[in-house]
Amino acid sequence: MSDRKDEAKQSSMEVFFNGLVKENPTFVLTLGMCPTLAVTTSAINGLGMGLTTTAVLVLSNAIISLLRYIIPNRVRIPAFIVIVASFVTMVELLLEGFIPSLYAALGLYIPLIVVNCIILGRAESFASKNSVIPSIFDGLGMGLGFTVALTAIGMVREVLGAGEIFGVPVINKALGGISSLLGRQEPIEYIPISIFVLAPGAFFVLAALTALQNRVKRKMQERGQNVDKIQSGCNSDCASCSDSGCAHRFVDVNAASGSVANAKNDSL
Amino acid sequence: MLDVVKDLLILMISSSLISNVVLSQFLGLCPFLGVSKKVDTAVGMGGAVIFVITIASGVAAVIYKGILERLDITYLQTIVFILVIAALVQFVEMFLKKYVPSLYQALGVYLPLITTNCAVLGIALTNVQKNYGIGFSIASGLFTAVGFLIAIVILAGIREKIEYNDIPESFQGMPIVLITAGLMAIAFCGFSGLL
Repeated sequence: MSDRKDEAKQSSMEVFFNGLVKENPTFVLTLGMCPTLAVTTSAINGLGMGLTTTAVLVLSNAIISLLRYIIPNRVRIPAFIVIVASFVTMVELLLEGFIPSLYAALGLYIPLIVVNCIILGRAESFASKNSVIPSIFDGLGMGLGFTVALTAIGMVREVLGAGEIFGVPVINKALGGISSLLGRQEPIEYIPISIFVLAPGAFFVLAALTALQNRVKRKMQERGQNVDKIQSGCNSDCASCSDSGCAHRFVDVNAASGSVANAKNDSL
Repeated sequence: MLDVVKDLLILMISSSLISNVVLSQFLGLCPFLGVSKKVDTAVGMGGAVIFVITIASGVAAVIYKGILERLDITYLQTIVFILVIAALVQFVEMFLKKYVPSLYQALGVYLPLITTNCAVLGIALTNVQKNYGIGFSIASGLFTAVGFLIAIVILAGIREKIEYNDIPESFQGMPIVLITAGLMAIAFCGFSGLL
């Protein structure tokens, strides 16, 4: 109860920046790892996936928040899944029709947005407890945090693996400039480390980023700052991610039978 | 007949080793990284995944061929598949608890973790994309899940050894596991020459 009141006090902007920086879904909560690793072969794919997920997240957060007193607690997970899956199907059809190149690049991972832990997790831990406007901003913040992370990982992999950023051969251009400064006849060529656009590269880049995050966390701990909030989501232990909606049973037999009763208690 | 056997063999090698579900398609990463601390639990998780994915791909294929295609509503596949899979997992859990308690003891803890596992939905959707029949869908689900079992058991074995090693402080925990997975992915790339 007191938690809910505290959350309600946060302003929309706070909620927005919370998702973007403090609780960044990829770097801090480590949620939604499948698409993070699979589609970040280039910056543009990462950006496309991030924005698609953001759209689904904002829309589903808004609808779930609107329906939060109507959906019975016991069947909330299937209800959330239907709402999310409907938006994913719409987005998929729109992409197929209007941006076929992105649709082809993301392929199977568009329908798999349904099972992205971030979306069900936010539905469960934020949208089902807050009113519409904060829920929309939470979706925007989390979605853009995810987008920034995916684009960053995509840029690292694209630079190392293909020598390009957003398809622009930056490294060769820079090397060309350097070699002309040095007065060389033939410019130095960059040989791409192609393993970084293949599957193993995804694991290596993510390992490096997580190690960096560990280091920052440790430095903060040494300075005596509170790092309790910075925790790993699903990855550290699947069984403990009850908060993120990943490990929920389809029909929650232990839950109270109706959210209406809870809602009445809340308003009192 | 011989053609079918040949196709099945090719399917077995390609879906369990070459395009391994975790190491090259990144599906089911959450249990792969989360439940691989010990070989025993990894085997349990792998068993549960084999069980659920084989049943789910069969059920999804029957629903797709029997209902969605006939009524010409294949665009609803994502919604229908995820609902069927999530309900199926809980149904399987209840069924095992009641009728096969020994199997429930072995797999029960892992079943709720598979509800929203992207591997299960991913394989159901891939089967539809590749236009497999019901039999081939079940076979593809089974072999893909066996690939998951192979990968998670190898990772768990390596992680048990890693515990005794001196790892740089920043790389303790997740990062070293991700690097191990990356090296395994390189090794699995070698299988692509098999076919």
